[in-house]
Amino acid sequence: MNTKLKLEHISFSYHSTDGETPALSDISLSVRDGEFIAIVGPSGCGKSTLLSLLSGLLQPEEGRIEIDGTMGYMLQRDHLFEWRTIFDNLILGLEIQNKLTDENKNSIYTMLNTYGLGAFANARPSELSGGMRQRAALIRTLALKPDILLLDEPFSALDYQTRLEVCDDIGTIIKKEKKTAILVTHDLSEAVSLGDRVVILSKRPGRIRNIISIQFEKAFDTPLKRRNAPDFPNYFNTLWKELSSNE
Amino acid sequence: MNKLSIKQQEYLRQKSHHKRRILIWRIALLIFFIAIWEITTRLKIVDSFIFSSPSRITHCFISMVFDGSIFMHIGITLLETLASFFLVSILSICIAMFLWLIKSCAEVLEPYLVMLNSLPKSALAPVLIVWLGNNMKTIIVAAISVAVFGSIITLYTGFKEVDKDKIKLIYTLGGTKRQVLTKVMLPASIPLIISNMKVNIGLCLVGVIIGDGVKVGVKKKLVASFLKFCNQKSEL
Repeated sequence: MNTKLKLEHISFSYHSTDGETPALSDISLSVRDGEFIAIVGPSGCGKSTLLSLLSGLLQPEEGRIEIDGTMGYMLQRDHLFEWRTIFDNLILGLEIQNKLTDENKNSIYTMLNTYGLGAFANARPSELSGGMRQRAALIRTLALKPDILLLDEPFSALDYQTRLEVCDDIGTIIKKEKKTAILVTHDLSEAVSLGDRVVILSKRPGRIRNIISIQFEKAFDTPLKRRNAPDFPNYFNTLWKELSSNE
Repeated sequence: MNKLSIKQQEYLRQKSHHKRRILIWRIALLIFFIAIWEITTRLKIVDSFIFSSPSRITHCFISMVFDGSIFMHIGITLLETLASFFLVSILSICIAMFLWLIKSCAEVLEPYLVMLNSLPKSALAPVLIVWLGNNMKTIIVAAISVAVFGSIITLYTGFKEVDKDKIKLIYTLGGTKRQVLTKVMLPASIPLIISNMKVNIGLCLVGVIIGDGVKVGVKKKLVASFLKFCNQKSEL
């Protein structure tokens, strides 16, 4: 399969008058088409910085990024605007990029119906539950038909039960749409249940400590089912040991 | 409908009783104040030439209603207030937006805004009258000068406090800074803009009254005595 995304020796630091804070150091990674990469690491290890670099919001100080396709970014919180209806929120990206065609609008209606939000097209964000809002945020990201999805802890603002459900929904949606995805999370079981590979970052400045391939049998093909797989605790423990061992 | 429990009825009764008492006291306080004012002026404890009195105000008001002049005065004041309010609203939103778009410009201008805002505007009014002439334009400029600087500072500070992640969202969707302004900043700031307008309408009225007062004063006495004072000075 062809490479969708390639990082070569990426480094990045934040600058302030108090000094320089190195955030990422020498990150190299290549991601295949359709692959789901989960990135875990201690807080402050530069996970979110990595996504900002990939989306072009920040420029790497060293190294090179090669991207084949367009990016969609899903933030930690849904940030649906209360002054717009759900539908108007979902067309925000299309509106910004002047792609507000009937065809694109129809595809949003289709997604709304497919993902169980059909009845809420004209509702205000506050009328939706946390899980529904997060699904709406995903549709907003998918509306621009990105080839690669960047997910920045998209479930962390949800309560535990909703979190499992939405994680399952969104994981399944992304698989179904055959998107390449990069998920940043600090939840190890989330990483194991979603990822094809899990990248473990060290603490600041973030370096790649290890990359673990995750494989489950066909019977465990959704995030929720994976959690019941016999291998699940083994992967979890491997990640746990990697993260907790000090260099 | 469910019948309310005795305790609930008791609670509601107490609540409405309390509300009524507050209202009675408010009105009583007003009547008390007006009565004291009237009595003290009648007994010449306070000077009615300076403080006027409720009966004189009522009398004056009624005679102005009968000859119709009150409506003209109210109309002019209202027009001046609304015109300056409208201009303050437009000006301050435009300038605050401009400052937000060009950050270094905001940094340069910040101390000047604070200084202009703390300038005593009533002291500015006579200067404006001498400069712009004794007309409605001057009153409106005076009213604008009272409200506009504070309004710019409030709006600009509000714009800066809009959720950074909402702004990031626009950039992740491929937006420009101008789109951040139109899609996030302005809609998110509407409650702020409205509350700021509520403050401004009051300030504009204050500005109009300051302007009007100074206008009358300048016309009648102040300029003459000021000039006389200047002459005496120069003669010395």
